[in-house]
Amino acid sequence: MTNLSGTNLDREAGSAGTRPKEGSRNIRAQIGMVLNLDKCIGCHTCSITCKNVWTSRAGVEYAWFNNVETKPGIGFPQQWENQNKWNGGWVRKINGKIEPRQGSKRKILRNIFANPDLPQIDDYYEPFDFDYSHLQQASESKVPPTARPRSLITGERMEKIEGGPNWEEILGTEFSSRSRDTNFGNIQKEMYGEFENTFMMYLPRLCEHCLNPTCVAACPSGSIYKREEDGIVLIDQDKCRGWRMCVSACPYKKIYYNWETGKSEKCTFCYPRIEAGEPTVCSETCVGRIRYLGVLLYDADRIEAAASCEYEQDLYQQQLDIFLDPNDEAVIAEARAAGIPESWLTAAQESPVYKMAMDWKVAFPLHPEFRTLPMVWYVPPLSPIQSAAESDQIGMNGDIPDVRSLRIPVQYLANLLTAGKEEPVVQGLERMLAMRSYMRSKTVDGVVNTSVLESVDLTQLQVEEMYRYMAIANYEDRFVIPTSHREYASATFDAYGEQGGCGFSFGSGCSTGNNEVNLFGGNKKPQRHGGGIPIKIPVKVEPLK
Amino acid sequence: MSYLNTLLFGYYPYIAMSVFIIGSIARYDRDQYTWRTGSSQLLRGQELRLGSNLFHIGILLLFVGHFVGLLTPPAVYHSLGLSTSAKQILAVVAGGIFGGICAKGIYILIRRRLTDARIRKTSSRMDIFILLLIGVQLALGLLTLPISLYHSDGGNMILLSEWAQRIVTFRSGAADQISNIGIIFKLHLFLGMTIFLVFPFSRLVHVWSVPLGYIARPYQVVRRR
Repeated sequence: MTNLSGTNLDREAGSAGTRPKEGSRNIRAQIGMVLNLDKCIGCHTCSITCKNVWTSRAGVEYAWFNNVETKPGIGFPQQWENQNKWNGGWVRKINGKIEPRQGSKRKILRNIFANPDLPQIDDYYEPFDFDYSHLQQASESKVPPTARPRSLITGERMEKIEGGPNWEEILGTEFSSRSRDTNFGNIQKEMYGEFENTFMMYLPRLCEHCLNPTCVAACPSGSIYKREEDGIVLIDQDKCRGWRMCVSACPYKKIYYNWETGKSEKCTFCYPRIEAGEPTVCSETCVGRIRYLGVLLYDADRIEAAASCEYEQDLYQQQLDIFLDPNDEAVIAEARAAGIPESWLTAAQESPVYKMAMDWKVAFPLHPEFRTLPMVWYVPPLSPIQSAAESDQIGMNGDIPDVRSLRIPVQYLANLLTAGKEEPVVQGLERMLAMRSYMRSKTVDGVVNTSVLESVDLTQLQVEEMYRYMAIANYEDRFVIPTSHREYASATFDAYGEQGGCGFSFGSGCSTGNNEVNLFGGNKKPQRHGGGIPIKIPVKVEPLK
Repeated sequence: MSYLNTLLFGYYPYIAMSVFIIGSIARYDRDQYTWRTGSSQLLRGQELRLGSNLFHIGILLLFVGHFVGLLTPPAVYHSLGLSTSAKQILAVVAGGIFGGICAKGIYILIRRRLTDARIRKTSSRMDIFILLLIGVQLALGLLTLPISLYHSDGGNMILLSEWAQRIVTFRSGAADQISNIGIIFKLHLFLGMTIFLVFPFSRLVHVWSVPLGYIARPYQVVRRR
């Protein structure tokens, strides 16, 4: 294994920027995301708007670039977190090097005729639609007509729908099934099946746009790549050959194989919007204002060492250490030398993601033990005090309740966000409780209580900023996105060449017009919409008497 | 019938090869979005694991066997101490084993493609056609084995390899070499060339993209504007 920092610049490597000096840091910028789970209400607006924009096409009906899961639960696709089952992510070998859990490069090539780790569509769900037209066209009868489901793959009747992108909505399905959730590791989970002790939270999930993505590493054709300028991980649809190793390599199961086109597809981080300085669709439409987008500066040369660290519980700290302080003069100078535009540096200094992950340490990576160094982070949710009725027994930690008396077990959150290490999660939750306590006494009692801040090591200035960002969450505070600077890429961007172009299209430039015949692939691939199996029900029309 | 013989075995090979090469280049250049394996493993994987592995291993070995067997000049294998009749037996035994592996695999794949509703409904006509074409071609190839065993002097084999070598070296008289050869051999040759002819128009183009470069590539790929 060589060169995990990815200086294998593809054929599109142009003249933009100059490489940093040898021996110095290799500074890059990435747009990261934080989701404040404390405020997620599980409305699925993010999923629906994403679906409408990106995956409302034949072949990816089952694909949800963004989905919201109810935790605890086995999620979508089933048991995605269980890498003993799916072999996603990386594994550290005895010699200290990491390689994809599904195998070395040779092993991946040996499995190319049939990938033994590939999920089946039934692990997601068989896509379906309903016979809506039957509601209007059914003949008169005593019972109202129903719209029954029909498979979007075969067009045949489905007697029973057996799965969906949020099959466990609000603790649906029985506890014995849901409790296969791997985050119950090291927890005596039986008591959480009891009604009095049950707990739940929402987990919106999308591609993590990792610093050390396994999907990229496992792609035999090299079609998946990370963009140097903003860190977005994309699949080159022309270069993808459908070897489908990325689907199993991604531990978050966020790459979907389009069975219609034979190509893999994934969350694009809405790059056309990001380039224009606008938030992703899921962030823009989030009614709970839980999503934050901002620039992080990081040292690409430290990726390999961080991802290979010995103990899984150190991975969270290792990733923090990769991030660079955007207010540090030396960092700024090196970033400028590396060709990072001034507007990106300013954005990095105002980045809400940096504040939450680095300054306040209330946001954490999702499953750092996968060793992918994910870049979509989560603020853990607070939850009601367990057995609050017995109020005498609430454990107090100074002015704030003991986080261990919260309904959601800290160990569960730690298993989700810090590879099981409780201390960082406890500190994050305590800081959020302290913020509430401080603001309550300030606005309700008119008392400025700084002692609660001292106990969690925050200053007044910090906690008031935290309140502004996390409780008020103004649009301009949540989304600090610099526009991309295409003028820096003059070698590859020629405005005259774009004249009369088609913008976004499915390969073949402008030639995917109205011609129904495709010389090379049977049916013409649909541009957007249509192409699904139209549902036609034979209708018997009886004349009215 | 000699004009038909000349057309099919003198000119058709060049037509097929030209379409194969030019068609592949044109598709790669014009329509790379359609250039893929077309895997259906996602929709139904259980049978495919065995079927696809057997089929691919078998057909790759058969391809190498045909390539070496047809194009090696007699002088070369004679100098290695391999007599014509010994080579004939080697070809029959190896072809029988590889063909058997491939046949088992393609049987699973054909049955799956035709009988599984998910696979059938998502198959293009070309997907089904190319699979059946390879299946028939494989059956014809296996049918030549008893004939070859019966004529174990290797006479047919010499004629066939002489035909192939004349074709690839652009020497005249290739078709005349095999004008009197059995109909099964002729059908096998014709279908073989037809596979090359339809290759650029089918999912077979993924053969060109064998990702051997992956072994030498760094794990991570970063693109700069």
